[in-house]
Amino acid sequence: MTSLDDIRDSFEFFDDWEDKYRFLLDLGRELPAMSDELKTDDNIVRGCQSQVWLHSQTETTGDSATKKLVFDIDSDAHIVRGLIAIVLAALNERTPREILDTDIEALFAELDLLSHLSATRGNGLRAMVGRVREVAAQTETQSG
Amino acid sequence: MTLRTDITSARADFPLIAQASDAYLDSAATSQKPDCVLRAVDAYYRESNANVHRAAHKLAESATDAFESSRATVAAFLNANRNDEIVFTRGTTESINLVAAGLAAGLAPGDEILISELEHHSNIVPWQMACQRSGARLVAACVTPGGELDMQDFRAKLNERTAVVSIGHVSNALGTVNPVKQITQLARAVGAVVVIDGAQATAHIDVDVQAIGCDYYALSGHKAYAPMGIGVLWGRFDAFDALPAWQGGGEMIEHVTIEASTYNVLPYRFEAGTPNVGGAVGLAAALQYLRSFDQSALRKHEHDLVAQARSGLAQIESIRIVAEPSEHTSVVSFVSSAGHPQDIGTLLDQQGIAVRTGHHCTMPLMQALGLPGTIRASFALYNDQSDVERLIKGVEKAVTFL
Repeated sequence: MTSLDDIRDSFEFFDDWEDKYRFLLDLGRELPAMSDELKTDDNIVRGCQSQVWLHSQTETTGDSATKKLVFDIDSDAHIVRGLIAIVLAALNERTPREILDTDIEALFAELDLLSHLSATRGNGLRAMVGRVREVAAQTETQSG
Repeated sequence: MTLRTDITSARADFPLIAQASDAYLDSAATSQKPDCVLRAVDAYYRESNANVHRAAHKLAESATDAFESSRATVAAFLNANRNDEIVFTRGTTESINLVAAGLAAGLAPGDEILISELEHHSNIVPWQMACQRSGARLVAACVTPGGELDMQDFRAKLNERTAVVSIGHVSNALGTVNPVKQITQLARAVGAVVVIDGAQATAHIDVDVQAIGCDYYALSGHKAYAPMGIGVLWGRFDAFDALPAWQGGGEMIEHVTIEASTYNVLPYRFEAGTPNVGGAVGLAAALQYLRSFDQSALRKHEHDLVAQARSGLAQIESIRIVAEPSEHTSVVSFVSSAGHPQDIGTLLDQQGIAVRTGHHCTMPLMQALGLPGTIRASFALYNDQSDVERLIKGVEKAVTFL
């Protein structure tokens, strides 16, 4: 998967919307598809238009005190998959604290994609970011 | 008065369209407003604003005159028999909720309410609520794969238990015009009350409530060049007069004591609270504006845009027009096998083309058609061939991304 630094670097070079959306769609194509068994009703984050599925698990590596959260997220819309890839680059395989300390809105503002996080778009992205933070908060409380 | 036949000249009447660089193809969601409507609302607040029906002063008289003359304009537009058959509401949704709540009081287990799969959620959910309250059952006539109401299925589901039939005049998602006159005849033959949801019809086809023969007709101002927050429920006097009061408050009463109240006559009985007088004035101005055009020229203009869009979009690989109903308004709904409707919508938005994507508040219709949603381009009298060309070029480009 493309790292957040690579995403930031690429976005700096885009001077029109076409390059940007082609890149977003490429990010979406690289995003691993979620297995159908995980696309359950429980894992649905409802958007008004497109749907997002979210599955999470905790991973304990090395030092057993630090738990990391591993997310599997997918959507039925290509552009949303690209946006998910950006969210995952920023939040996946991080500790709950790291997730809660990350300002996704600021990142989307920096990449000039903030409108995709707005309530009007109804793409489920905003609700998905909310769910990721919820999982992080719950995990932190449980391990705290 | 000479009717306007040059529809393309209408573009200049709409400030938001005339100044915009984007193509606005989402008029089925809400229409833009012509200058004459904006000026009418402005003039009302500058020159005539006061609370209606309540005071002895001149300004109140002027506001009441403006409100009641708007009611008369709406009555004439719909070809209603009497002005007091017109109740002002917030919009179609409130109109349907009003009539559904009133009819629910007379329903009982065993009764059926017949709608169709083509309905907007506004013409589904109020009836589900009426069923919950009364024990009646909600039944939906099927849509054909071609996006038309399956009249054979409608007939099969209509019977002596059917107490209410509530059908959209025009489908918001597909633009299909339903045969409301025939539906009404069939429904009245079994003694059912007939409600027509006219939200998508008002701006695009002739609405004559007496010719249709229905009992209730609901519409929204904002889809017909009027401001948001004003709508109408027309009811045939005898039926409407027997409907129980809905919201309580000022204006709707005749006499109040702490123990009990008696209610006002139609239409005031259903207009609790201070009404949206400015909105009603705007609605009257909008209906007069609509009627300043030669109606057949208007229909032809919008039909030509649909024909141009249908044939242009059909040439594009991966694009499928969802439905091409023979009787239709100015809506084209399509999907792409290359991507989700939202992908196309986002890529059109980047090109300055405003369409609606998604389920269009018609989830049961999308389920029946087996689609996650569609891309809907909807036209109004201010759109022209250049808008449709932009749509076609925009979709051509969008699919190359996917």
